[in-house]
Order: sequence, then structure tokens, then C-alpha cells
Amino acid sequence: MLDQTHTPAAALAGLSVSIRDLTLSFGSVTVLKDLNLDIGNGEFLVLLGASGCGKSTLLNCIAGLIEPTGGQIFISGQNVTWAEPSARGIGMVFQSYALYPQMTVEGNLSFGLRNAGVARDEIARRVARAAEILQLQPLLKRKPAALSGGQRQRVAIGRALVRDVDVFLFDEPLSNLDAKLRAELRVEIKRLHQNLKNTMIYVTHDQIEAMTLADRIAIMKGGIVQQLAAPLEIYNRPANLYVAGFIGSPPMNFLKGRLENRLFKGAITVPMADYDFTTAPTDGEVVFGIRPEHVALGAAAETSPIRTEITVEVIEPMGADTLIWTAIGTDPFRIRIDGQTRIAPGDRLTIGFDPACASLFDAKTENRL
Amino acid sequence: MSGRDRPAQLLRNLPAKLAALPMILTALVVFIGCSLWTVVHSFTKSRLLPKLDFVGLDQYDRLWSTPRWLVSIENLAIYGICALILSLVLGFVLAALLDQKIRFEDGFRTIILYPYALSFIVTGLVWQWILNPDFGIQNIVRGLGFESFVFDPLHNPDQVLFALLIAGLWQGTGLVTVILLAGLRGIDEDIWKAARVDGIPAWKTYLRVVIPMMRPVFATCLVLVSAGIVKLYDLVVALTNGGPGIASETPAKYVYDSMFNKQNLGQGFAASTMMLLTVLIIIVPWAMFEFRGKRRD
Amino acid sequence: MIDAPFPRTLSGPAGSRPRTRIAPKRLMIYAALLIVSVYYLLPLWVMVMTSLKGMPEIRMGNIFAPPVEITFEPWVKAWSSACTGLNCDGLSRGFWNSVMIVVPSVVISIAVASVNGYALVNWKFRGSEVFFTILLFGAFIPYQVMIYPLVIILRELGLMGSVWGLVLVHTIFGMPIITLLFRNYFASLPEELFKAARVDGAGFWGIFLRVLVPMSLPIFTVAVILQITGIWNDFLFGVIYTKPDTYPMTVQLNNIVNSVQGVKEYNVNMAATLLTGLVPLSIYLISGKLFVRGIAAGAVKG
Repeated sequence: MLDQTHTPAAALAGLSVSIRDLTLSFGSVTVLKDLNLDIGNGEFLVLLGASGCGKSTLLNCIAGLIEPTGGQIFISGQNVTWAEPSARGIGMVFQSYALYPQMTVEGNLSFGLRNAGVARDEIARRVARAAEILQLQPLLKRKPAALSGGQRQRVAIGRALVRDVDVFLFDEPLSNLDAKLRAELRVEIKRLHQNLKNTMIYVTHDQIEAMTLADRIAIMKGGIVQQLAAPLEIYNRPANLYVAGFIGSPPMNFLKGRLENRLFKGAITVPMADYDFTTAPTDGEVVFGIRPEHVALGAAAETSPIRTEITVEVIEPMGADTLIWTAIGTDPFRIRIDGQTRIAPGDRLTIGFDPACASLFDAKTENRL
Repeated sequence: MSGRDRPAQLLRNLPAKLAALPMILTALVVFIGCSLWTVVHSFTKSRLLPKLDFVGLDQYDRLWSTPRWLVSIENLAIYGICALILSLVLGFVLAALLDQKIRFEDGFRTIILYPYALSFIVTGLVWQWILNPDFGIQNIVRGLGFESFVFDPLHNPDQVLFALLIAGLWQGTGLVTVILLAGLRGIDEDIWKAARVDGIPAWKTYLRVVIPMMRPVFATCLVLVSAGIVKLYDLVVALTNGGPGIASETPAKYVYDSMFNKQNLGQGFAASTMMLLTVLIIIVPWAMFEFRGKRRD
Repeated sequence: MIDAPFPRTLSGPAGSRPRTRIAPKRLMIYAALLIVSVYYLLPLWVMVMTSLKGMPEIRMGNIFAPPVEITFEPWVKAWSSACTGLNCDGLSRGFWNSVMIVVPSVVISIAVASVNGYALVNWKFRGSEVFFTILLFGAFIPYQVMIYPLVIILRELGLMGSVWGLVLVHTIFGMPIITLLFRNYFASLPEELFKAARVDGAGFWGIFLRVLVPMSLPIFTVAVILQITGIWNDFLFGVIYTKPDTYPMTVQLNNIVNSVQGVKEYNVNMAATLLTGLVPLSIYLISGKLFVRGIAAGAVKG
């Protein structure tokens, strides 16, 4: 265990940001509870969750914009729990860009450096470098009002860049952009991270952003980290029902039933012999989960270990693929298939899947079995 | 400052606290301190100078047996009720007229609101001149051939409040109109479309849908106009100076005269405490209503 | 599919509706507004007309009629030689007194109130909301309750009767509404801007002066308009806290017009009244929409 009061430097080696037992409450409302999180040097960590889960609050605590009620925050080995935001070695990018409207792009980029009393030629050098990286050179003399949304967000990123800091904090930076620009800037941020190799902590409610950008994702709910793992691990092996339902679109299908001697018994019966249990299974109420894209049709279904028949209720063609709505027993069930398959509501289909791709959760604790 | 030490509670946000010092002093020393001082001294027999020589409710007994105070209170009540109703009704009618997508809306609004930019002194003096019996309206109408026409509210104790109302409404209705117009503009255009599709006549839509929706705006107007009425002073000084006789005295004028002309501070303190009480009766329910409304959001 | 040929035009109304010239309902609206406008404009008209007439014409004629012979004599007299008590140097003295009162009052009250609003929104501290609530309640306390203790305070400070005493009084009583105005405005700005400035290392004054003030010019204009008109039009505080030498224009005007001595010179009185109303009136006419915005912002959000 770590010594909480005098955390030895060794315990922080290789870590960029370390959060120890962070608690934040406003009166009787607890927003963050005993939160622990270690973020490695150069890691891209995404805090993902629905609105109100505490992810932005956590980011604001790391930035020093909200004072925690208890716990400690270390950045680059320094205890910064009570330090001013500007003294923490962080740069921050906001959802609304938060550019100073009366200053030019150049003024926006250099404001922090001027406040810190950095020499003028050093400011010019750093602004020029940031402008080059983000292709802002032609815009330097413009005011924010004369920029497009994407340009504004690049200036906001540049403002963090010129500070030459170890840790970048992003607070839903792409949420105000339209879908096309969001996809472009997402790639740009990823490229930036690959080139700069800074630590980045990125808050979003968009699972695509989380999956595409993150080295690791921390899924939060109610101020608690539900799962902290690499994107594919979270997708393949969600730690609990909440994570399973949150990641994936359309979300995972859930079937209620009982586990008896490694046999799932619900509306259908599935032998779970090939399933990779986290602990030795005990019999009881469980939830069986299978992703819509892991359900096969036609020839592929015939060779699947588990087969059943369903009736198509509604179809939603989306071009690349088609979503079939149906039900198994009383539980709604969705199937994602290739967009060219011809089916109609009312059709009887045979579907099949592999229990190795499925997830099993304890119905009471909602944790993965 | 090292990041690991929690800064002392009192010193945190120090610049903000220093910058807010004028506000804190105003709130504590003037708004609370001075008000309490006056309330406390209203129980003393201060005359030329304030003295802590307590006499219980004597000042209030005397106040409520002084004809001038009773007239003042009655005037305030009559003027207040009339001004409140008339300014809200006229203000709303004007706002509704201005809201009909008319041409020259800005021009009309400028005309209706300009008196609000003028002081009560200017307002009072102009209307004193227009209502002057020898030169003003009465004289003009007589000149038209109605020799026996009488309209002299400034010298008729029964009508002098009417003169105050004419001048007061001229000065203040524009404000109510503008606020209510803003309220009307804040109403969703779709409400009107829905009413039109449902075939509801415009006047009924105003009465049954729009006015109930504008209740908070009306409450604001009510509070603003009431607060202005209680403070009614300058207009009376300029228009009638309380006359004829004591027919147009108001509580605010009673306070001023007691304190600064008659060297009877105790009476002034008691009268102003009564004014404070009146305002609290108006404000407290409104504030509670507002507070509850905000909590619901 | 419908294959039958669709006729180009069916019977019944088509295209734009034929317009009647002016609907009678509209006519009534305009008529009502015109009548109202006459009521509102009448006093202004009477003031101007009376102030341009000689006394003989006033005694004979109709106060609504335009002058037969235009004279600027009353204006000159009102400005430079009308008497209040023993002083006979006209309203000019009151005008300059008012200028001396209004300028520092407006600057100081807005400086103080804008910082208050900023602190209330961005640097909340324990109790800040309580003080603000008291401040707002203060806006509704009748001035009469506080005027006498303030006389004592000003006397103790040695400011009684001076322009600076009145400046202090105006700063105090202007504070609730102007603080509210700025608080609401700063609260409407994105909070992230403030956070960004903190990450950029700007402090309390740095954020205020270099980020917020430059982007708040409209609200400062509104506050200036509100304060100039309010303070210029004040009568009560002027008459209590200044002495005849330093009386503001409104007090001097009232003393000129309502003085009981001498022959009443109605033309001079109206010229004096107009002169006093001219400053707020021109501010109102020049600022137009901003004035409206000021009173609406101060009122509706209260």
C-alpha cells in the first residue's frame, strides 16, 4: 500500500498524473467518492460517461478549477492539490473554445505566457511553433469571431500547446462541432498526440471518440470509475452491466435467466462451457449479454454453436448495415446484419452466435461473472 | 505558494473579498445598520438631535393621531391603488398595441418612454403649468366658449390626487409598457399560431393564455411600481408642495418635513419605520414567491 | 402511382390574397396610438412653446399655441440670471454642480458595482450571496429610513454638504441595481472563459481588466446611461446632503419655479425646466435601444 501522507517519489515513477482518494462533495451531495486514478507518462486517457457522471468535475479538479473536499492530486511527481491552475503544468481545451473575444488569435495564444512573464522572443518562438503545428499561421491576426468552429477549436488547442506543458486536459472539445468536423479534428488530435507524446486526459460522452482516441478508457458513473481498461478490453469484456450497456451502438442485448451448472437457462438455453469466467461460477440469477453485431444469420448461423428462431418485428436499414428488432422471450433483441441482406417484417429467421463472445453478469451485483 | 499546503480559509479569494468590501459595508452598515438605527430611535423622544431617551410607543401614538399623517396615509393608499391599476392596465394595452407589428413602433415607443427619462421635478413643474387655472386647460376650454368650465385640480382638495395621477402616469407608464412589451415578445410565437389554428379570438387569447403566462413579468411591474409609489416625494414637492392645505401630503414628505423642517426627529423616525413596514408587507411575500419559484427550477 | 393528368388550376382562390387598402382594425390601432402620443407629447410641446414666448403673450394667449414672436430671452435669463433666494446667477450654477456630482458618481458607482458583480459571479466566497441578498433588499427599503443616519455618518466623515458626500450617497444607493446588472451580465458569459483565463495564469484583476471588461462595453454603456439619468434626476439626496452653494440642478430648478417671492415668469420657468430635462432627454434620445435595454435588464431579471 502507498503511504498516503508522504507518497514516496518511487511510487510516482513513470506516472504523469496520479489521483489519490479524491472526494468532492457540495453540502450533502457527493460528486466524486474516494477516486483513485494513475495515468502514465504520454498516455491518452479518456474519461467517458453520461452527463452528470462526474467526469468533467474530475477534470476540473485536476486543473485546479474546482477544489476537492479530500484527497490528493499529483502531476509530474508534484503534489498540486492546492496549487493554482496556472502553476500545475497543464493546458486545457474547453468545449465552448473559451477564446478571449477581444484578442487576436496571436493574443489568445500568448496571453498565458505574457501572464507568466515569459520573454518576448520566447513567446514569439512558441506561438510560431504552435501556429505551424496547427496550421494557424494565416489566422494569427484575426479575432475569434472571424473564425470557423473548427479553426476556433484549433486555436484553443494551440493555447494549451504554447504553454509547453506535460499534461493536456480536454473538456468535451468536439461536442460543439458538426459531425464532419468532429471526425476531422478527432484524427488531428490523435495525430497531435502521436507527435507530441504528451499525457492527455480527455473528457467526452461520445463512445466513438473514446474508442478511437484512448490508450485507456475510464468509464464513470455516479462519481465512481466503473472500469478502467483499454478500449477493446472494455468492448469485449465489460466489467458490469452498466459498462456493457453504455459501450456499443446499438447496445448489447440482455436476456434474463438462471445459471445452473454452467448452463444458461432463460428463453433459450446456452451451454457456457467455452465462456471465460472471471471466477469459478456459482448457480443463480444472471443476465446473459450478446452484442447485436455478434449475432449471425443464414449460412453463418448454421455453423454457430447456438441457434434459435426469431420473428422479424421491425427493420431499420442504415446503408452499410441493417438493424433487425425482435424479441427472445420477453426481452427485446437486436441483430446487426449486412446492409444488402433482403428481409421483411414477419420473416422467420434462424440466428446463431458463439457463447465465447458473450458476457454473463450477476443479476444482483451486476458485475461480470 | 506550494501546492501541498491548503491556504488559510480567511485568506482564500482575498482580492475578491477586498473588492467586495464596499458592497459588504453598504449592505451591513447602510442597509441594515442605518435601518435598525432609525427603527431603534423611533422609540425615543428625539427632537432636534437623536437621543436614546426611550419613550415606548409614544411617537407612534402621536403619529397616528396627527391629521397630517392620516391624510398622508390615505392619499398614499388612494394614489397607490389607482396608479397601480391604471399603470398596469394602460401599460398592458399600450404594450399590446405596440406588439401588433405596426409601423413606426420605435417612434411610438420613444414617445411613450421619454417622460421616464425626465425627473419628477421636471414632470411636476410642467403639469403644474398645464393645469394652471388661469393659463392652462381650464382657460383654453373656457376660451372655446364653455365659460363655466371648471378644471382646477391643483387648488381643489378633492381633486388634487387626480392631478398627481395624471402627472405620475405620464411619467411612469412608459416603463411598465416597455417591460410588458418585452414580456409579450418573450412569449412563444407558436402560442399565437396554435390559438389561430384553434380559432380563438385575439382578445380571448390575451386574457386566457397570454396574461397568465406573463404573471412573473406582471409581478415585477407590480413590485417596481409599488416601490416607486411608497417613495413618492419629488413629484408632490414640485407639483403641489402638499397643498392645497394638507390635501396632497404623502408619508415620504411627512418624514422629510419632520426631520429637516420641524426639528421633530422622533416623528420622522416613527413615520419612516411605518414606511419600512409597508414595504416589507409588499416585498416579503413577493420575495418568498420568487424564491420558491427559483427553487422549483 | 397516380397517372391521371392533374389540372393546372382548380377553381377557387389561387395565389396571393387580394389586399384591401387598410384594414379598419389597423386604422383603430394607429388612431389609438396617435391619441396616446398626443397626451405624451403635449407637455413637451407646451414647455417649448411657453419658453419661446414673452410674458405679455403668455398672459393673453393660449399655452398650446405656438409663439407669435419667438424670443430666446427666457432661456438666457433662466441660464444666467434667474434668482434663487439671494443668488441671481441662474441655473448655470446648478448645471455645473450637477456635472460635478454626476461625473464622479457615475465613474465610482460603476467601478464599484462592476467589481461587485464580477466577484459575485466568479469568485464566490462564504457569505457573498448573503451580502448580495441584503443589497437587493436594500433597493426596496424606503430611502427615508436611512437618510438621517447617513447625515450623521457624512458629518462624522466631514463630507456633509460637500459634493463628495453626495457622490458617496449615490454610489451606495446605485449599488444594488448596478451590481445586479453586472452580476446578471457576467453570469451570462461562458464560465469556461473564466476558467481558461485562470489556467492562463491571470489573477482576480487580470481576468477582470484584460478579459471581461473589454468584452463588456455594451453593459458598461447601459450602466452609464442608467446612472447619468438617475443621478441627474435625483432631488431628495441633493436637497438633504448638499447646501445651497452645491445644490444640483433639480433642487435649484424647484427653488426657482416654486419660490413664492416676486412675479412669476412662466416663460423663464419653462425654459429652466426644459434646460434641466435636456441632459437626460438627449441621453435618452441618443442611446435609444440601450436605454430600453438598461431598464429592462434592471427590471425584468430583478
